[in-house]
Amino acid sequence: MAGVILKKKSSPYGVKVPERKLTAGKPIERAPFPDKAIISLQQNLGAPCRALVKRGDRVLTGQKIGDSDKFVSAPVHATISGEITGTTMVINPPTAQPVETLIVTSDGTDEWVELQPPESPADLSSEQILSRIREAGIVGLGGAAFPSHIKLAPPENKKIDTIILNGCECEPYATSDHRVMLEYGEKVLSGLNIIRRLLSPEFAYIAIEDNKEDAIDHMEKLIVSMGIERDVKIVPLESKYPMGAERVLTKLILGREVPIGGLPLDVGVVIHNVGTTQAIHEAVVEGKPLVERVITVTGAVRNPKNLLVRFGTPLRTLIEFCGGTVGKANKVILGGPMMGFAQFDLDFPTVKGTNSLIVKEDTSVTEQHCIRCGRCIEVCPMRLMPTLLANCAMAGRYDECKEAHIDNCFECGVCAYSCPANIPIVQHIRVAKRELAKRAVKR
Amino acid sequence: MTSPREFLISPSPHLWRGPSVSRIMYLVMLALVFPAGAAIYFFGFRAVAVLGVCTGAALLTEYLCKKMRGHAFVMDGSAVVTGLLLALTLPPTVPLWMAAVGAVFAIAIVKEAFGGLGHNIFNPALGARAFVSVSFSLPMTTWVKPTGFAVDVVTSATPLSGASGWPQFDPAAYQAMFLGNISGSLGETSALAILIGGCLLLGLRVISWRIPATYIGVVAILAFAFGQDPLFHILAGGLMLGAFFMATDYVTSPLTNRGKVMFGVSLGVLTMLIRHFGGMPEGVCYSILFMNAMTPLIDRYTRERPYGLVKRAKSAD
Repeated sequence: MAGVILKKKSSPYGVKVPERKLTAGKPIERAPFPDKAIISLQQNLGAPCRALVKRGDRVLTGQKIGDSDKFVSAPVHATISGEITGTTMVINPPTAQPVETLIVTSDGTDEWVELQPPESPADLSSEQILSRIREAGIVGLGGAAFPSHIKLAPPENKKIDTIILNGCECEPYATSDHRVMLEYGEKVLSGLNIIRRLLSPEFAYIAIEDNKEDAIDHMEKLIVSMGIERDVKIVPLESKYPMGAERVLTKLILGREVPIGGLPLDVGVVIHNVGTTQAIHEAVVEGKPLVERVITVTGAVRNPKNLLVRFGTPLRTLIEFCGGTVGKANKVILGGPMMGFAQFDLDFPTVKGTNSLIVKEDTSVTEQHCIRCGRCIEVCPMRLMPTLLANCAMAGRYDECKEAHIDNCFECGVCAYSCPANIPIVQHIRVAKRELAKRAVKR
Repeated sequence: MTSPREFLISPSPHLWRGPSVSRIMYLVMLALVFPAGAAIYFFGFRAVAVLGVCTGAALLTEYLCKKMRGHAFVMDGSAVVTGLLLALTLPPTVPLWMAAVGAVFAIAIVKEAFGGLGHNIFNPALGARAFVSVSFSLPMTTWVKPTGFAVDVVTSATPLSGASGWPQFDPAAYQAMFLGNISGSLGETSALAILIGGCLLLGLRVISWRIPATYIGVVAILAFAFGQDPLFHILAGGLMLGAFFMATDYVTSPLTNRGKVMFGVSLGVLTMLIRHFGGMPEGVCYSILFMNAMTPLIDRYTRERPYGLVKRAKSAD
């Protein structure tokens, strides 16, 4: 057994956030199927899909209903069987743009398309594996929703020597990755083996925060029982936010800094979320497209739960299944409380990138002037000067923001979290980034 | 089920952590209780009066300034901290109206005229002290022996103003300087009280060790280099108060860690240059004010290399 678990790593940056993992000990339950699945045609980072079906068509669970010929895109599938009864527009949280969305009205049977698992998964070629991953519509399930088949096919000149499997789950409240590791650990590792076959790295690491001892032990046992303990190691990390950010992981585990504007693959690393490799296993070995995922529904709901949810299920259905809201719940967040998106409409559907749904009571805070305490600078994992960026952004001095490397900010939010003056630093930074992007387009 | 309109929309993050600005100010006040207590112990009612007048005048001025500028007055505690700090830098026998003038100057001119909390270039308390010193030089350099609550006062030189050349002190004198039983400004005499307050701020992570440690360290090293007694220079004058409570003022000191070190080192050098070569016995106040003005420049040149900025020096290894 010795040697699977490496020495614990910790970072001088970031913050200890209240963990509030209410659902860590709750097994995954299946959420009720929605009567109407609201399926956004853009559930990935990149290009939206075109609808492949029209109003009145009958679709089966797992049937591809949207696809794109653009490079950075992933198809979407029907997540229940039934009839296409209409289209609507839904705001895509990351881009804040409306996206064409199909409505599937359930026939109550959940009849699946015929799955086509390969006869012998071990004999698949790399191209066949990548094509299966693409056709299954797999995107990064950690939240960014980047199409996985692209991440797994790096350009020829980029040699990948390390895979990091991300089971950090550093956001407060979220426990979906934790439960996936505990309950679907074999699939997670099988998916990891598939991507190891594709990329043939020298090493694979599984990064898990030390607040998930049981997951670390469980994954260790599985690694040993699968006989891959020489190639796959577990790196326990101090529980601190944002440990699970890709660029933080490359620095902590390998000492490599991803160049500004670059990707982890520029330093020979590919990082996948544990849920993503589980989905890759299901796509490649079982032939099953991505139609559901584990979502933590938590916070101010009567019974917080880890739910296996079909995409397109309205938030209302999930909150009601968890006993409804309690107290003065006035905020609904898709994703974690540090980086997630507040939602005002409970008819909004879950999408591939939704890893948690948090209901909480928010108290308003008064913004004050910066007292230059420097706390934001101390905690910034990208070693930026958040207060300076926010000040320049407020004053419209966007060029200065650029000089101060504003594009390095991935909006983790530790600066705003730590700010005694309650300055919405991240929001100011987003404004400046958007203005800079507009200018770049004009030129 | 709540209707849609009742849900709030706001940008991430959706979690906030204290300490709030006012909590930080109250912690500083808590730490100031020790030097202020020592001042009252050694200088009696005079100390109570000066502390009271400065704090009251500072608060009132802040309130009036905010009204004049059409801003809401927020009781964030910063005016109280400024008032207390100013009082602690004044001689015990200072006429109360002078103390009040100082407090008004600190808030109205040094702080609010520049935009209020967070925007002032100079430390308000020290700016006001400098103003009062040059305006009323005689009362500002009249020092008395600690009297406790007695009424009679005996004028006496401070260790620094009395020291001509290289002072030779006996252990009893050092003990008096450490405890604060010497003449000097209200709050600067007791190194012990300042240390307790300073350690409280360090322990609560309100201030960083970088400025006080480098400041005091450099003063000690230079004192030694000038052939003088380092301990004397640490305990005498306003160094301790300045290093822990004035130079660490967030608004007027550098943001970056390297900047803080540079700030502390420069303060030490300036203070010793003034003490050793200058015409004044003490240099803490002017050193800090001078370095306050350098802060934006220091911040500009001590930024950390951002993550992932490849300078070809250290790329992926």
